[in-house]
Amino acid sequence: MAVFDLALCALILLAATAAVAGPGMFRAVVFFVVYGVLIALSWVRLGMPDVALAEAAIGAGLTGILLLGAVGRLARAGADEPEAPRIDWPVALATVAVAALLVWAVLSIAPGPGLAPQVAGMLPRTGVENPVTAVLLNLRAWDTLLESVVLLAALIGLWPLARGGAWLEPAGPLHHALPEGVLAGFGKLLPPVALLVGVYLVWAGASQPGGAFQGGTVLAAAGVLCIMAGLVRAPGMAEPLWRFALLVGPALFLALGVAGLVSGGFLVFPQALAKGIILVIEMFLTLSIAVTLALMVLGPPESGAAQ
Amino acid sequence: MTLDLLRALASYVLTGAGLGFYLAGTLGLLRFPDTFSRLHALTKADNLGLGMLALGLAFQAQTWAEVAKLALIWALALLAAGTVAQLVSRSALVRGGR
Repeated sequence: MAVFDLALCALILLAATAAVAGPGMFRAVVFFVVYGVLIALSWVRLGMPDVALAEAAIGAGLTGILLLGAVGRLARAGADEPEAPRIDWPVALATVAVAALLVWAVLSIAPGPGLAPQVAGMLPRTGVENPVTAVLLNLRAWDTLLESVVLLAALIGLWPLARGGAWLEPAGPLHHALPEGVLAGFGKLLPPVALLVGVYLVWAGASQPGGAFQGGTVLAAAGVLCIMAGLVRAPGMAEPLWRFALLVGPALFLALGVAGLVSGGFLVFPQALAKGIILVIEMFLTLSIAVTLALMVLGPPESGAAQ
Repeated sequence: MTLDLLRALASYVLTGAGLGFYLAGTLGLLRFPDTFSRLHALTKADNLGLGMLALGLAFQAQTWAEVAKLALIWALALLAAGTVAQLVSRSALVRGGR
């Protein structure tokens, strides 16, 4: 397998170079997605399927779509495509310095099991069997709570881009798929499967690789597909139900964290209730993450500006 | 013992053939002159190549559930590739084709 790993490393470096140094923005994004898929594969090789899932769904998939959307918007706005990427030397030097520091940091980590034994020791008290979920939703729940709030803040930062007070209109541009076309057919076939996979990923997260972010991304993709295929209307902030869906995950997480003060501290879950609390948080967090990510991909309302 | 050997043989032959189809599809993508023929090469060859890879891997599966998962992956990839090929070709048609 050493040959495979070395080939994988070489491909990662090639894809990264092509994304940064190659001509054309569209091509750069395509290579960025390829890079993400290869990185996900390398996490599988390192025995970290949780990180691999997150990288494939969020790093390659979601970020790739967001970048593709940005390239499309730039083209529609008539922005000039830079002829050839120029090297910005101060930025290049700073990047090389950061990379060198990271290499030094990785090399200076003493070989050993890290924090795994401590986590394994705490595992029976966390309410879940998957050590990754135990860290994310219990031992270091604080980080995950802040992540979900950051996601919400990013979406709120996107809305001011809606022009002319159109921010209550349905999100994103107007989609015009042929009513009986391939996209409409695809949009009817895939979402049931995606719904099953998304819900399974969240449920499985308690004992196997999976979780709210991975499941939420799959559900968001299914939702965006339904909207692009013209099967459902894009969500709009005029409807309170959508605002509720955005807020309920982080809000419930925060409320249950505050409730933990009764049993010993902020975000401390009593051992007997931990499994139930974590599942409830994950369910509602998945809903909020799915809606937030879908709205990010759709972008600020554009249909109102056209009318 | 013989069964294991046969399984290994089937896996080697099928994944090898799958890789051959991928190679052919990639050659077509790089060498064919316009969007439509490139799509033709890519989708047909890669879908068949993935099918052969999945079939080859299915001979190494320990349970029927694993076989079903491999089949589902192939079916979903077929569906997505077919749809995307249609969308790309329609977009190329609208823009006058290249």
